[in-house]
Amino acid sequence: MSENTVIAGRDALAGTSEAAVPTKAEAATKARPRSDRAMIDRYRWYELVGLYAGIALFLFFILAPFIEGFLVSLKPLSQLFSSPYSFLPRNGSFQAYFDMWRSVPALGMHIFNSFFLSSVITIIVIAIVVPAAYAFARFDFPGAGVLLAAFLAVNMFSGAVLLIPLFRLMRALGFLNTYWAMIVPGAAFLIPSSIWLLRTYLMRIPRELDEAAWVDGASRLYTLRRVILPLAMPGIVVISIMTFIGAYAQQFIFALTFNSKTEFMPLPVGLFGFFGRQEVLWNELMAASFVGILPVMIVIVFLQRYLVAGLTAGAVKQ
Amino acid sequence: MTRSQSATLFALGLLLPATAYILAIVAYPLFDTIVLSFTNAALRPTYDFIGWANYERIFGAGNFTEVIVRTFIWTFFSVALKMIIGTCGAVLLNAAIPGRTIFRILTMPPWVVPMAIGIFMWGWMYNGQFGMISGLLQNFGILDRPFPFLAYGNSAFWATIVTDVWIGVPMVTIYLLAASQSIPKDLYEAAWTDGAGRFYRFRRITLPLMMPAMLTMSLLSLIATFNSFDIIWILTQGGPSGSTTTMIIDTYKTAIGSYRYGEGAARAVVICIFVSLFCIVYFRAVRNLSGGLAK
Repeated sequence: MSENTVIAGRDALAGTSEAAVPTKAEAATKARPRSDRAMIDRYRWYELVGLYAGIALFLFFILAPFIEGFLVSLKPLSQLFSSPYSFLPRNGSFQAYFDMWRSVPALGMHIFNSFFLSSVITIIVIAIVVPAAYAFARFDFPGAGVLLAAFLAVNMFSGAVLLIPLFRLMRALGFLNTYWAMIVPGAAFLIPSSIWLLRTYLMRIPRELDEAAWVDGASRLYTLRRVILPLAMPGIVVISIMTFIGAYAQQFIFALTFNSKTEFMPLPVGLFGFFGRQEVLWNELMAASFVGILPVMIVIVFLQRYLVAGLTAGAVKQ
Repeated sequence: MTRSQSATLFALGLLLPATAYILAIVAYPLFDTIVLSFTNAALRPTYDFIGWANYERIFGAGNFTEVIVRTFIWTFFSVALKMIIGTCGAVLLNAAIPGRTIFRILTMPPWVVPMAIGIFMWGWMYNGQFGMISGLLQNFGILDRPFPFLAYGNSAFWATIVTDVWIGVPMVTIYLLAASQSIPKDLYEAAWTDGAGRFYRFRRITLPLMMPAMLTMSLLSLIATFNSFDIIWILTQGGPSGSTTTMIIDTYKTAIGSYRYGEGAARAVVICIFVSLFCIVYFRAVRNLSGGLAK
């Protein structure tokens, strides 16, 4: 049962399982020839054309900035600023990917910072979220519902609204212009939804296991550590990936406002400074952006089913 | 001590780190915002309580009501477009056609790449001289000369909406896709056996059963969009001449740009009041939706 989330995610994405597994309705109408089962999913040629055209249009909207960004990164600067506009690069090269390290000397540092900040945030969030989610999943203590609602209410407030007091708080704690100024508020806004997701996951682990451990004389903490945690590992992994991606994607406002030291800046803010200059080296900016995007692209190609499972688990239906 | 008492104590112990963290980093700043909104806090270390003066000032003079109205228009169009495009995307990606797994993967990038980087790319696309949109429109003969989208109030307003929609659509699509796949297949087969066409099945089965998910998603996007900061700040910083200044941008400019913390806090409190109203609606919706969830 610990595989539930994973399987649900694979089905959500591939959606093919219904073809293999006979449903109740199918069993009931066994008299029909088997090929009828697939007929419900059969499209006429004009329906197929319409579907593919629709998907092409939809994906063009989604991917256009990436296509344009990539083509720009291949164009030499002189061609970028010439008219008329040409969509494809003439004698394009990967030169910008080499030059950018010289134009932005701290680029490697920014990339490292992005990874470092996201990793530390993920560790903090998981350490805080696992016990909290377990408490919400298993114990019917008074006020549990209200407290859970209070946690979820945090999602309603963005960091931008609380920026002034957070700035004062960071200053009082001496965190300004350190990694902590980005880690501490960054983690806070990722905690609530992770609690919610992990709670739904833990609720699927049968209570009988806790009770069996209790009967055998295990303490509550021992039960959590030795019985629940191993079973919950797949769920914790999903939520760690989610948290990491969330932390990686949202590095901007805290890093922009609470830190002014180049050596601590994560990639988006480092590039933002680059973006604001009089003469923007667009091809190198785009090349550096692609280097920053690459890790998450790899992650979604390999882990997309876990991601979809994690992102939709708490929300749709259980 | 009874077993249930010790269980409660244990649960509260487990919740202590999370509660303490959120109290310190979210609840206290929220409280501090309200306190600051009644002061004349600025860069200097000391400040005085000045009653409702900040509120009188922001509502009395200037363009605050204009900013509120603009924020609502911006949010309305952004959420509406996200929902429409996201629903279309979910329906298209739910079709049982070859290649759909790869199409689903290709939907995700705007959601998971660093937001600021996606926005940089849009910044280039909106460039009049060299960007893709102006360039392609000229190539197709729709525009006769370069058009810098971020340089004029109206076009900048819509450009920021389009970018916000672009960032929000993948989440709506994937979420609604998952919702549509949780609808039992038996229903479709029963309807199909009775001779119901594809459109009829969509209208009478898919849409009604997806309604709760669509409602939740539109409220979640409403809150996210209302709080949206990065997109406008990177693309226009609220300009040209304030035409993309939403409440969040306005607060940021007042507090961080001009160091008027007290007045900025008052503006933030107004945002919090609106967000709390959305919040109440959201919890109503979640409670209806997950009625069976908590037993």
